[in-house]
Order: sequence, then C-alpha cells, then structure tokens
Amino acid sequence: MNTFLDVVIIFSVIVLAFAMLGMVYRMLKGPTLHDKLVALDAFGVLLMAMIALTAMMLGTTHLLVVVLLIGILAFIATIAFAKFLEKGVIIQYDRNSDE
Amino acid sequence: MIEIVMSSIIAFFILGGAFFGFVAAIGLIRLPDMYTRLHAASKSSTLGVMMMMTGTFLYFWYVESYVDTELVLAVVFIFITAPVAAHLLARSAFHADVEPYQLTILNELKRDETGAPDGNHGERVIIEGKRRPDLENREPEK
Repeated sequence: MNTFLDVVIIFSVIVLAFAMLGMVYRMLKGPTLHDKLVALDAFGVLLMAMIALTAMMLGTTHLLVVVLLIGILAFIATIAFAKFLEKGVIIQYDRNSDE
Repeated sequence: MIEIVMSSIIAFFILGGAFFGFVAAIGLIRLPDMYTRLHAASKSSTLGVMMMMTGTFLYFWYVESYVDTELVLAVVFIFITAPVAAHLLARSAFHADVEPYQLTILNELKRDETGAPDGNHGERVIIEGKRRPDLENREPEK
C-alpha cells in the first residue's frame, strides 16, 4: 500500500511543478508589477506544498520546519512589497502622510 | 482494511492539494487582469496548500507514527494570513492605478479628480438590468 502512496506523491510533485512553471511564466511576463507580485505570492504558497511533498518522499520529518518558515517569510515579503509598491516606502514614521 | 481507508484519505488530500494548486496556476495564466488573477491565486492556492498540509499531517501520523503539530500551525497560519495578503495586494494595486478589466461593471471605489465619488460607476447598470453590448463585443486586450 505504500507503493500506492509513493505513486500519488510523485504524481503530485509533477503536477505542482507544472503549476509553479506557469506561475514563473506570469512572474516574467505580467504586464504590471502587481501581476508579478501576485504570481510571487502564489509561488511561495505552492513552494510550501512542494516542500511538504519532498519531506514525504524522503521520509524525513526535519523538513517540516521549513514549511512553516517559508509560509511566514512569503507572507512578510508580500506585505512589504505591497506596501512598497503603494507608498514608495516600507516603514513610515508619519502615519497620516500621503507620501 | 484500515490501510486501504487511510491510504485513500491521504491520497485524496494530497491529490486535492495538487489539483487546486494547478487550478491556481491556470487562473493566473488565463484570467485577464490583476484583480481576477488575485482572486484565482489567493483562494485556490490557499485551499490547495491547506489540503496538502492536512494530507502531510495524516501521512506522517499514519505511516511514520509521528504527530507533527507544526503542520496544524501552518494550516492555521495560511488560513489567517492569505486573505490579509490578498487584501493588501488589491489595495496596493488600486492605489497604484492598476486598471480593472474593461468589462468590469461595478467599481465602487472609483473617484474623480476632486476626490468625490464618481456618480456613474456602473451600479445603475446592474439594477436596471441593462447590459453594454458595445463593450462586450470589444476584442479583449492581451
């Protein structure tokens, strides 16, 4: 029965690899910077799934820390990039200014 | 018997995660503008990665007899942060004047130069059931 799960995991790796390839296409082509940022965000989310699949393939539990770490880093990167594209700065000292 | 049931449940979650990730990629490639792409990417890939984390949790629980609570934490974290990130992206795009698709019929946030709400933002079109064939027959731009 483990063979069945191995086949399922390898099939999912292939499917997710094609999905990530499509997101790389949008990341390179996207007409505006925000399209590229959306693709980058979704790419980070899929990277979590990919690393979980890798952990199952290798049978190790040490990679599961990386999943949570990449999730947190992708979220922070998206927040910082969105704020940078909106205001031009990331850390604001005057919260009421339009700059 | 229990092997077959557990393997089927794990395979269902893993394959579902891969499927929704693929749907997110298709949406990112095919949809016309940034807001619809954001709609596809945030919802679908969030559900996909949540299913994948659940499948990984069940796999390590059943196959390796190892309960890893960090995966549950990852599911909760994704569930909380993905809508926040999507909202911030849409807000950032709207303030940076990213144009919606030309067939968009409702733009409640639209303002004119003085900052007043634009009276003709398309709400009437929905209420009276009017359609705009001149816009709908236009060639979609790449």
